[in-house]
Amino acid sequence: MLKRAFKTWFLWELLIGLSVTGRYMFKKKITIEYPEEKTPLSPRFRGLHALRRYESGEERCIACKLCEVVCPALAITIESEERDDGSRRTTRYDIDFTKCIYCGFCQEACPVDAIVETHEFEYATETRAELYYDKKMLLAVGDRYEKQIAANLAADARYS
Amino acid sequence: MSGLDMAIQGGIWALEILAIAVPIALSVAYITYFERRIIGWIQVRKGCNRVGPAGLLQPLADGLKLVLKETIIPARANKMLFIGAPLLSLMPALVAFAVVPFGETSLFGVWETPHIMAISNLNVGLLYVMAISSLSVYGVLMAGWASNSKYPIMGSIRSTCQMISYEISMGFGLVTVMMLAGSLNLTDIVHAQAGGILHWYMIPLFPMLIVFFISGCAETGRTPFDLTETEELVSGYYTEYSGMWFATFSLAEYGAMIMISLLTSILFLGGWYAPIPALDIIPGTVWLLGKSAFLIFVFIWFRATFPRYRYDQMMRLGWKIFLPWTLGWIFVVGVFIYTPGLDGIIDFWLAWR
Repeated sequence: MLKRAFKTWFLWELLIGLSVTGRYMFKKKITIEYPEEKTPLSPRFRGLHALRRYESGEERCIACKLCEVVCPALAITIESEERDDGSRRTTRYDIDFTKCIYCGFCQEACPVDAIVETHEFEYATETRAELYYDKKMLLAVGDRYEKQIAANLAADARYS
Repeated sequence: MSGLDMAIQGGIWALEILAIAVPIALSVAYITYFERRIIGWIQVRKGCNRVGPAGLLQPLADGLKLVLKETIIPARANKMLFIGAPLLSLMPALVAFAVVPFGETSLFGVWETPHIMAISNLNVGLLYVMAISSLSVYGVLMAGWASNSKYPIMGSIRSTCQMISYEISMGFGLVTVMMLAGSLNLTDIVHAQAGGILHWYMIPLFPMLIVFFISGCAETGRTPFDLTETEELVSGYYTEYSGMWFATFSLAEYGAMIMISLLTSILFLGGWYAPIPALDIIPGTVWLLGKSAFLIFVFIWFRATFPRYRYDQMMRLGWKIFLPWTLGWIFVVGVFIYTPGLDGIIDFWLAWR
């Protein structure tokens, strides 16, 4: 009783609350100032897609269309033809990033590790049209980030 | 008095008013900045630090944004009242500063007698402040009514209720100060507290200090009592305001916050006197502003700590707790002053005997 009255009239709980917030004021701040600082990304991070090549420069994709089939958002469109040397290759490989849900199924389905998702996530555009990527753009992304992609695949290899 | 004298006097008055109004506007801008920084720190964030060095230009950017924004006046609103309301709430917030003594100075020995740094050293200063701060209710009420919309009117009714309720306990709290100081003049009240921290009125009137400060929170609608601008009321009486008129309201709110902090320092924390007389070599204005700055920090600290009161809790606190406490303390102080034997204790703080 007495203790309770003491706590009520001396605003005890309020002082406790103030002391908690007062202590937190001097704690180390957890803010990450984004454009300058970035959080670490997992090797499995699913960002912008890329089409990869072999070291010889030959593109990996064999136009099996597994990714097109597995894509739940129907974001991938592939057309293929026989090339002069007899191998099956894509003539068209489009990803509509306005549809893509970044589930990573295409990467999982790919038997030759041709379509992968990179760590790139800063590709916001001003128009919708810029998000319709065709084969040339995807290959260019792959060329740009090949080192990073290879490192990520190597880091994740022992889990898959 | 010749025309020239009158002109000079008018010029001096204008300068005095500018010398107080401009720093107030600036400090309001930077209180918003520090509020954001401090609340950020308490929430383990960094707060705004992008605009300029350490974010110090943020208030300017905010001000610019508010000025450039479109002022929307609702079609069915009463235009004159709608625009008059923010002005009417800003006016008392600024006018109240006229009697606040910011210290006394002999200008480093240039003048023989120390001068009080106030626009007007009014002998009913305390009464004037109470009267003026009551006027800000009209701005709130007018804003709610003129908006011709349901949420503003609800918010303004709540605000009005809250301000009127807490003004009473605030006023009674001031009566105890008056009983000890024997004067309504703010300068005399500070003079009565000369001579170190033991002479400050926060010692005999500690509960009144708490009541006064918390009532101040309610009076300015700061956080534990900001139920007038809740989400459920879509920010209360300024739902319909935008751009510069909205800024005028927040200028008034923060101005009132500075006013409450200054008043609390003057009435309870010894005004411009240092806690130890030896420290009086530091100019008094620095002490007064330092104390007020600390109290403003406490306002912000409260905001980052306490959840909002419910309407009935707010009314209960005002009428059933603060009012009896203040009345009781008036009684206690009165008994101490007039009972032979007990008056020896209170004589230490009593300025008029």
